Amino acid sequence: MFDTALTTADLIFLAKGAGMTILVTAISVAIGTALGIAFGVIRVQFGAALTAPLTFVLDIFRSVPLLIQLVLANAFLGMVLKLQLSGFFVACMVLSLYTSAYCAEIVRGGIDAVPATTRRAARSLGMSWGQDMRYIVMPLATRVALPSWIGLALGVMKDSALVYVVQVTELLKSTQILITRLQEPLFLLMIGGAFYFLISFPLARFGGYLEKRWSND
Amino acid sequence: MIEIQNVHKSFGHLEVLKGIDLTVEKGEVVTVIGGSGSGKSTLLTCINGLEPIDSGKILVDGVEVHAKSTNLNKLRQKIGIVFQQWNAFPHLTVLENVTLAPRKVLGMGKAEAEAIAEKQLKHVGLGDKLSTYPSRLSGGQQQRMAIARALAMSPDYMLFDEVTSALDPQLVGEVLETLKMLAEEGMTMICVTHEMAFARDVSNRVAYFHKGIMAEIGAPEQLFGDPQHPETKKFLASVR
Repeated sequence: MFDTALTTADLIFLAKGAGMTILVTAISVAIGTALGIAFGVIRVQFGAALTAPLTFVLDIFRSVPLLIQLVLANAFLGMVLKLQLSGFFVACMVLSLYTSAYCAEIVRGGIDAVPATTRRAARSLGMSWGQDMRYIVMPLATRVALPSWIGLALGVMKDSALVYVVQVTELLKSTQILITRLQEPLFLLMIGGAFYFLISFPLARFGGYLEKRWSND
Repeated sequence: MIEIQNVHKSFGHLEVLKGIDLTVEKGEVVTVIGGSGSGKSTLLTCINGLEPIDSGKILVDGVEVHAKSTNLNKLRQKIGIVFQQWNAFPHLTVLENVTLAPRKVLGMGKAEAEAIAEKQLKHVGLGDKLSTYPSRLSGGQQQRMAIARALAMSPDYMLFDEVTSALDPQLVGEVLETLKMLAEEGMTMICVTHEMAFARDVSNRVAYFHKGIMAEIGAPEQLFGDPQHPETKKFLASVR
């Protein structure tokens, strides 16, 4: 059909990049979600006034471009604190906090969507705050928050392309390396894009499946 | 026994309970009637500690509800409450709605909790809806489920807060029948209601609330037949 210099070894190289993208995303989304749930619950529980400092910090993570956050965090940790940290570590750390800032908002919205009267009914049955959270609020909030959370996870996966600035060779960086060598930018970007799609698709479908399963409640 | 002693309660500047005194004996059915904003619903949520009070005392079996040392989660196990909005847990089936608290709060095993839940659901006429989700039930059925959910905790007292007010008129009857059945079985109940016929039929005593004060309390024949307080007369004339 057409000629390309792309070899199987190159494809394996790209697959390794994709593996790094998956790894960074999985770690960041896992840690970011755990932190985000904690931050979200704290914000709902203690009210806007008491949690204003937390909200402010989270707002910074949401408003400053990820690229700047990565470069500054890397420089600060390495040059000011003189910490010997791998680029991979810095990437996961920054991306986790970035995820948690968005996730906290999603969690807060989900919890707010659970009617106060439903929670009151749970407490009136003798359930503790923790039991109400675990058996009533979290399951209901999850249903509300899931579509946004899937969107966040997919977004973080694509944003993880920026971690090349801290010397992490993920999928997009791998693609660029091949472009430089093979000089076939459009074809290689198509291949790279296909890899991204293959990573995203199962997650999006899984979200759709859960939504469908819960819709009969 | 529920003892309410000189209870005051405000929401901001609005004093909704202005010194309420009421004692409800074991086995008694007391209904509370009155216009909206008279404080009657607030009183119920104070009795099981969902709302704090400003002064006075509420004792349930001698335990002071609003004392700092009182374990409210423990106390609430013996005071069932059903609200105007039935508040089903939408992500759980009817059976799971009823078994959740017995299992998690009382630490009951699954089989035991399900046996109790089935019994209570049959009791309120929902024996054939065990695996249905609440969204598939009518308002009346959801309200009866909420009653079964409260009863599954084997409470000593049941509080009913305008449980038929949010229902379509044709569904009111089935819920009132359930309440009547409980009253006949000897459950101690305080019912806030707008259903005068119900109040007259099932109560041992009827209390009339007006603007945060219990204006009058007495046997239903007396309160409906020969009201003493001018506000009671006015209210009864307006609802007839």
